[in-house]
Amino acid sequence: MAHTRAIPSKKILFGIDSFGDIPKDDTEKLMTHAAAIRQVIDEAVLADKLGIDVIALGEHHRSDFAISSPETVLAGIATLTKNIKLASGVTVLSSDDPVRVFERFSTVDALSNGRAQIILGRGSFTESFPLFGYELTDYEVLFEEKLELMAEVLKEKPVTWSGTVRPSLANIDIFPKTESGHIHTSIGVGGSPQSVVRTAKYGFPLMLAIIGGSPDRFIPYVQLYEEAAKQFGTSAKEVGVHSPGFIADSDKEASDTAWPAYKLYHDRIGRTRGWPKVTREQFDREIQHGSLYIGSPETVAKKIARTITLLDVSRFDMVYGFGPLPSKSRLKMIELYGKEVIPLVRKLVDEATKKTT
Amino acid sequence: MPKQIHTISILGAGKLGITIAQLALKAGYRVYIAGSGSEDKIRLSVSILAPGAVPTTTEHAAQMGDIVILALPLGKYRTIPSRKLKEKLVIDAMNYWWEVDGNADALKNPQTSTSEIVQQYLPDARVVKAISHMGYHHLRDEAQAAGAQNRKALAIAGNHRSDVEQVSEFIDRLGFDPLPIGELHNGRQLEPGHAAFGANLSKDSLASLLL
Repeated sequence: MAHTRAIPSKKILFGIDSFGDIPKDDTEKLMTHAAAIRQVIDEAVLADKLGIDVIALGEHHRSDFAISSPETVLAGIATLTKNIKLASGVTVLSSDDPVRVFERFSTVDALSNGRAQIILGRGSFTESFPLFGYELTDYEVLFEEKLELMAEVLKEKPVTWSGTVRPSLANIDIFPKTESGHIHTSIGVGGSPQSVVRTAKYGFPLMLAIIGGSPDRFIPYVQLYEEAAKQFGTSAKEVGVHSPGFIADSDKEASDTAWPAYKLYHDRIGRTRGWPKVTREQFDREIQHGSLYIGSPETVAKKIARTITLLDVSRFDMVYGFGPLPSKSRLKMIELYGKEVIPLVRKLVDEATKKTT
Repeated sequence: MPKQIHTISILGAGKLGITIAQLALKAGYRVYIAGSGSEDKIRLSVSILAPGAVPTTTEHAAQMGDIVILALPLGKYRTIPSRKLKEKLVIDAMNYWWEVDGNADALKNPQTSTSEIVQQYLPDARVVKAISHMGYHHLRDEAQAAGAQNRKALAIAGNHRSDVEQVSEFIDRLGFDPLPIGELHNGRQLEPGHAAFGANLSKDSLASLLL
C-alpha cells in the first residue's frame, strides 16, 4: 500500500464529536434537552483545557438528540474556550441554505477568533427533509447544487450562481467576512464512492464516517480520493476518520457501562429502520474487529493508532456519549481521552512510522 | 441444462454494488457494473475500488450478465431496463429504506414482498431475492471459503428451483452458505422490520430464524 503522506504524529488532530445524546444525571434520570446541551458545553470546556484539538457537533431533528442547531451551541462554546476548534459534524447541507450556513459559521468564527469549521454532509438521517419541505427524491440534486454554491460562497467574494434548488445570486456579497478569509470546510462521507469523488472535485478535505465494520475497507477510498483529485486537477487535502467510542479505567468497565446505552441507542434507531435488536455478542465483536473504540485508555489508543496508520489519516474524531450514558462517565471519558489516549496514540503512531521507514 | 454462469452484471455502483463486485471478482467471475448515469461517472471509482470490473451503461450491463444483480435504491426500480432482462436470472438485493426511498406506500404494503413488486415490473425475468439481508460491510468482512469455521449464510427466495440452485452456487462462490427459504413471497421475511433483516449469522442460526 502506497503511503503518500506519512503524517508526523505531532500534526495529527484529535477530536470529540457529539450529536447531543441525552445523558443520565446522578440520580439515573434522563436529562432534559436543555440540560443535555449544557452538558456538551461543559464537555467542550473540559476538552479545551485538556488540549483536545476539535469538537464537532452534528445536526439531528429527533427526540433522542438535543442538538438540532450545532452552530448555536458552538457559539456558546466559543466564548468560554481558547484553543479548541469548533466544528459541525455534519451540517446537512441538502436541507439547509449555503448562504445561511456561511453566515452562521462566519459568526461563530468571529466569536471564537477564527476557530470555526464546517463539515458538510448529506447525513445518514433524513428527517430534516420532510421537516423543511424537501423531497427525498431530490436527494442528489439538492446536495450537488448546494455544494457547488457553498464552494463559491466560501471564497468570500461576491457570488454569482444559478441553479434549480434555490434562487440565483448575481454578484452578491455575503457577511460577516472572516478575518482569515477562509472557514476550514470538509465533507463527511459514509462510504458512497461518488461522494468521495465529489469531495475531491471541489478540493475539500475528507472526513470518513466509519461507524460499523472494519476500517480496513476504507483504504481504497483514501486512494480514490487522491486519484480523483489528480484527475480533476485539484489537490487532495487532509483525510480524517470519525468513529464511535467510549473509554473507562478498564476494558470491562468501559464495555459494561457502554453496552446498555449502546443497546438502547441502536435499538431505538433500529426500530425506525427495521434492524433487529442488537446482541451483546455483536457489540463485543464490533469492539474486537469493527469500529467501536471501547475499552481502557491503552486498548482504545492501540485501536486508534492502528486505524490512523492503516489509512494514513491526519485526524481522528471520536463520537462520544452515544445513548443515555451517565453524564459523569462522559466527562471522565473525555479526561482519559485527553490525558492518556491521545499521548499514547501519538507515541504508537511514531513507533509504527519508524518501523516502516 | 441451465446456462453456465460466467458473467455477473451489477446495476448500482454504490456501497452495496461495489461490495458485490469485489466479491464476484475475487470468486473469478467477469463483472460488469453500471451506475445511474454514464459509465464515465463511475470509471475512476470502479477502477480503484473494484479493479477488473467493467464500468458500463445500465442497458449494456443488463444485456451482458448471466446473472443481473439489482443493487440500486429500491425507489428507483422503475429505471431498470425491463426489456433487456427478458429470460434473465435477476437477483434482487434491494430493500425498502424510507430514509432514501421516501414514504412510498406501494413499497410498504405488508401483503406483498418488495421482490414480488420488482418481479411484476420485470415480468419476463426470473427474479430471486438474495444478498439483501446482510449489511454491506458485513458482506465484505465475512466472506469465507466453503467449509470455513463460522462461515455466514445468505438466504435465498425464488419461485423456480433451478434458479435458486444457480443463485445458491453463486452465493457459495462469493463466500457464504446459501440458505433457500422457498418462494419469492417468502423474501418478505428478509425485509426491514422482519427477523432476518441485518442477520449476519451461520446457516443453522439463520435457518432457525426463518424455517
